[in-house]
Amino acid sequence: MIKLFKIALRNLIRFKRRTFLTTSLIAVGVLFVMVFISASSSFNNIIIGQITDSMLGHIQVHKRGYMASIDSLPLTLNLNEKGWKKFRSIAKEIPEIESYSPRIKFGAMFSNFIDSTNIRINGVYPDMEVATIPLLLSRIKEGGKAIKKGEILIPELLAIGLKVKIGDSVVVIATNRDGSVNGMQFQVGGIIESVTGPGGRDGYIHIEDAKDILRMEELEVSEIALRINDFSKLDKINNILTEKLSGNKNKQGKQIFDIRTWEKLSPFYNISKMIDIMTIFIKFMLIAIVLVSIMNVMIMAVYERIREIGTIAAIGTMPEKILALFLIEGFSLGVLGVIIGNILAGMSIFLMNVIKITFNFSRQTGYVLAPELKMGDIIFVSIVVIVVSVFATLQPAIKAAKMEPVEALRHV
Amino acid sequence: MSLISAVDINKIYRSGDIEVHALKSVDFEIESGSFISFIGPSGSGKTTLLNLIGCLDKPTSGKLEVAGILTSDLSRREAAFFRGENLGFIFQDFNLIPVLTVYENVEYPLLLVQNLPQKERSDRVYSLLEKVGMKDQVDKYPDQISGGQKQRVAVARALVSKPRLVLADEPTANLDSKTAFMVIDIMRQMRDDYGVTFIFSTHDPKIVGEVETLFTLVDGVLVSTKKGKGGQND
Repeated sequence: MIKLFKIALRNLIRFKRRTFLTTSLIAVGVLFVMVFISASSSFNNIIIGQITDSMLGHIQVHKRGYMASIDSLPLTLNLNEKGWKKFRSIAKEIPEIESYSPRIKFGAMFSNFIDSTNIRINGVYPDMEVATIPLLLSRIKEGGKAIKKGEILIPELLAIGLKVKIGDSVVVIATNRDGSVNGMQFQVGGIIESVTGPGGRDGYIHIEDAKDILRMEELEVSEIALRINDFSKLDKINNILTEKLSGNKNKQGKQIFDIRTWEKLSPFYNISKMIDIMTIFIKFMLIAIVLVSIMNVMIMAVYERIREIGTIAAIGTMPEKILALFLIEGFSLGVLGVIIGNILAGMSIFLMNVIKITFNFSRQTGYVLAPELKMGDIIFVSIVVIVVSVFATLQPAIKAAKMEPVEALRHV
Repeated sequence: MSLISAVDINKIYRSGDIEVHALKSVDFEIESGSFISFIGPSGSGKTTLLNLIGCLDKPTSGKLEVAGILTSDLSRREAAFFRGENLGFIFQDFNLIPVLTVYENVEYPLLLVQNLPQKERSDRVYSLLEKVGMKDQVDKYPDQISGGQKQRVAVARALVSKPRLVLADEPTANLDSKTAFMVIDIMRQMRDDYGVTFIFSTHDPKIVGEVETLFTLVDGVLVSTKKGKGGQND
């Protein structure tokens, strides 16, 4: 086998230019695929991280039916105190849940005593919210990095539109679940960076203030955001939580809780999926490049060496060894291309990290792309390229192995 | 018992409607240790006959036995195995493998055909290269040596597997007279040393004058068998 490798490698060296061009083609293909995978994966991770860590959380729990009417933020579909307590007792049984934060969400009128507009209010326990949504504080552009009672964090868009500054007094007017209207004065404690989507009009107050304004006697929770300790186990933890909560049914025998991961809550998931599909297409393109280039070069190699094949066959070389000889050549071309391609990809990705490529996503700006070469991707792409290389060599190699020595020796 | 026995051998090539009768009812016997040649003009069937003896092709009809084996019964793999164990080949264009050195070319049949251990391979290769006068060129590649040297390497390669029979198709056609005689001398010496049977196909008078038996083919018919000048009985 070593000798066959030696012969195969020497044949590759014998046709230097052809080997160089084929290897380069494969290497460039591997380079582009690896850079694309790394960059798109970094983009995905950054955006998903932003979405989950600055607003959504990894998983959200609502009362069943709430999500269907979420645009109107219905207070009538909040989880009651009993449901909230039930959730807390179950959450304690799942160590993978790092933190959770209950929210009272409602639509309200926001006024600076001159103008008014609508706002979506999130009543939260500050400590629990920050533990679950760690980027929340970093979104506060002005004011104190806290949510205090009697204060409100307002979105940047509203602050600009209504010319509201830190320390200004504002009024929030809301209708509670019984239909009665109540207003409450707040001081602007901070201005928060707007995010993409309906969350762009989200303001934050303390949950006790929310209870007051809505005249709640007991805590009624619109949603519970959860953070888990290992994002890669999202589906597994979601399944555990769903299973544990599924035993809770109402009087009609229907499930009380509705559990959803961020994927079902954010439209970015579709973009993320599209990027994954594009990655698959890019991989197919790489396979096509490898297949065509290796098959082409190996067909040429067989054609040019017909007399040689005839000679070794006449000497008594078994067909399977002739087959192996050419398969090893294709294999070696693939391996060579993969090694060079991965080295180039590593260098390119290192360079991208040094240059620090920034990008904007909707209203968020200044994200720094941080691509990294993952061992799993390297192994997967390398194996695919090598397997395709051998597969592409199969047809010419079989042709060589089946060649009649007498005809091959006659070839001029 | 003869090494080769051919009875009523016919070989017909067909290409569409065209039929070429390359060998017509050829009968002959060759004893072990012979140094013989098939001669005749181009197209007389010499190479075809060598191909049949070398199990590279099969007769259309007739019975051909080589070393006691009916070659027409051999499958592709069996024929390859038989060639590897019993036959050596020398070609007009030398047909050395260009990516292998002189040593590796000679070693090839032992390594990739007979799978012999390294020590035995090395002993046999060096011994033969010494006999053909190429021991000091072992690391050279075929494109670094002359035509005569290439043919000497080819002779060593043909003999290294200890075959019973060496088939040489026009072995001196691409060599000058001096080199041709030298190569023939080497082959005869090998025959004497190892008892290997040598069969040539040629119309080169240099070989014709050196072999022991001459089979003359004309238009696929074996027209005569006679002793050559190199014949031991002369």
